[in-house]
Amino acid sequence: MRAVAVLAIKELQDGLRNRWVISIIILLGSFALLLLLLSSAPNGTVKVSPLSIGVVNLSSLSVYLLPLIALMLAFDALVGEFERGTMLLLLTYPVTRWQIVVGKFSGHLFILMLALVLGYGGAALISIWHSGSSVGWENYLSMMLSSLLLGSLFLLIGYLISAIASERSVAIAIAIACWLCFVVLYDLALLGVLLAADEQLITTEVFKLLMLVNPTDLYRMFNLSIMADSIGVNHIAGSINAQQVTLTELIVSFFMWFVSLLSLVIWVFQRREV
Amino acid sequence: MVDSSLINICNVVKKYHKNTVLKDINLTIGSGECVVILGHNGAGKTTLMKLMLGLVNPTEGTVNILGFDPAKDRKKLLTKGLGYLPERVAFYESMTGMEVLLFFAKLKSETLEVCDDLLDSVGLYEARNRPIRTYSKGMKQRLGLAQALLGDPQFLLLDEPTTGLDPVLRQEVYALINKKCQQGKTVIISSHSLKEVEAQADRVVIMDEGEIVANGSLQELYEEAKLPVTIEFSLAPEHNKSLVDKLDYLVETVCWINDSKLKIECEVKNKIHVIQLMMEQGHLIDDLDIKMPKLDDVYRYFIKENKALVGEP
Repeated sequence: MRAVAVLAIKELQDGLRNRWVISIIILLGSFALLLLLLSSAPNGTVKVSPLSIGVVNLSSLSVYLLPLIALMLAFDALVGEFERGTMLLLLTYPVTRWQIVVGKFSGHLFILMLALVLGYGGAALISIWHSGSSVGWENYLSMMLSSLLLGSLFLLIGYLISAIASERSVAIAIAIACWLCFVVLYDLALLGVLLAADEQLITTEVFKLLMLVNPTDLYRMFNLSIMADSIGVNHIAGSINAQQVTLTELIVSFFMWFVSLLSLVIWVFQRREV
Repeated sequence: MVDSSLINICNVVKKYHKNTVLKDINLTIGSGECVVILGHNGAGKTTLMKLMLGLVNPTEGTVNILGFDPAKDRKKLLTKGLGYLPERVAFYESMTGMEVLLFFAKLKSETLEVCDDLLDSVGLYEARNRPIRTYSKGMKQRLGLAQALLGDPQFLLLDEPTTGLDPVLRQEVYALINKKCQQGKTVIISSHSLKEVEAQADRVVIMDEGEIVANGSLQELYEEAKLPVTIEFSLAPEHNKSLVDKLDYLVETVCWINDSKLKIECEVKNKIHVIQLMMEQGHLIDDLDIKMPKLDDVYRYFIKENKALVGEP
């Protein structure tokens, strides 16, 4: 565990040093604050708290922003060290490859957590102070937690790209392609298939499964499900929400994604020669 | 006498796709030995070192270091005390020298005091709080050496340790390596700078195109290569030139550089006999200069022999 902690602390220090942490905090904080303050506008007529509206708005933004941030943090983690030559030295120390992956990943996850807590959390506190209402803070907290989970999956996707790619330029190209596929194209393609195919081909169960295999849809479904009572849904994920996707199914899907990605990263990294 | 069980490399072949970079390598190194691996760029020296570290796996054959297979028990092996300096050492550029060394020290459960001492021993104590990106190549190399010495390892693998260093620093680095050898550590140095390593080596391994073409002490290699020693005699003008003919059975070539200068080439083992005979025959020797074959000559001889063997021009 000591080696994992040493590697995680180093990643965090690197993040602080190269301004990654502060940049992400400012980015997330500014967006969150802007959306929360804008969410205060309808407060007077519909009697919905800014935090509750903020969850929907922020989760819609996070689903694009967080995967991109996570991929940018992680794509360089392994291939960058191979390319610069620092991995060669690190591997001559008494540290196993899984410890390197887990250590570096923990450091990056902590950076993401710090940015979410300070960015989104800070914005929420300002919003509460500004509007004088803290109604819906539990949902906001759930949204922050699910954002971290979404970020962790995309960090692992970034690590997988980093373990496979032969050079950094290739890794960043794959990372952007992945972001585009998971975040933008997947849902569009799914919507197209839904419209084109008949009901027998895409049954409710198949549709449900297709939604569960994309981490961004997991996130959307989770946040829409927690807000179902108070806010109307406006995304493809809303349609599956009506198909009784339980919280357990969402958590199991997330867990399966996490374990398979982490195992795959370690397996690929272990097979890579220096 | 050295213990022969520290490193055992048996019939190792390493291929990258169709390219064979190591061909049937057999090497045994005992504890306390200082072994120098010589070879051109691409001869397979670095791959051999990576095999010893478990960073690459052999395609065929077995590698055993300190009783472990490095490919399977890498962590156990590295915990046992192994220090490595790569050929092109690279560090985290935004960290300071001290931060880098402390980071590696923590992975070896070493303390801050050890880092201070090591930085001092490689002459980087004053620059310890400067970011690595401001370090010169030589400074990075010295920091590389400091990290290799972390944990006082029993076994040191140094790949081109003096690359980028000026002559004074080279001397200091070799003095440090000598100290480690005297402390009974096993040191393997890879180099193509022959002159420098001549004084360090208990044993020399010469590699060419992925093969070990020579392996032995310098003395053994000199004897095997049978390279001649050159003796230049400065003789008094009144000497008797015909007497030189009587040296024929001991010498390979005799030639007169000028009227008073005689150049003789003979086997290393015969050099004393030649001088004795010259004295006994009554030559009036004013001065003599003995030129022993250098490691460069031995190296060239074995590389040339290997090329002739595989039929290359």
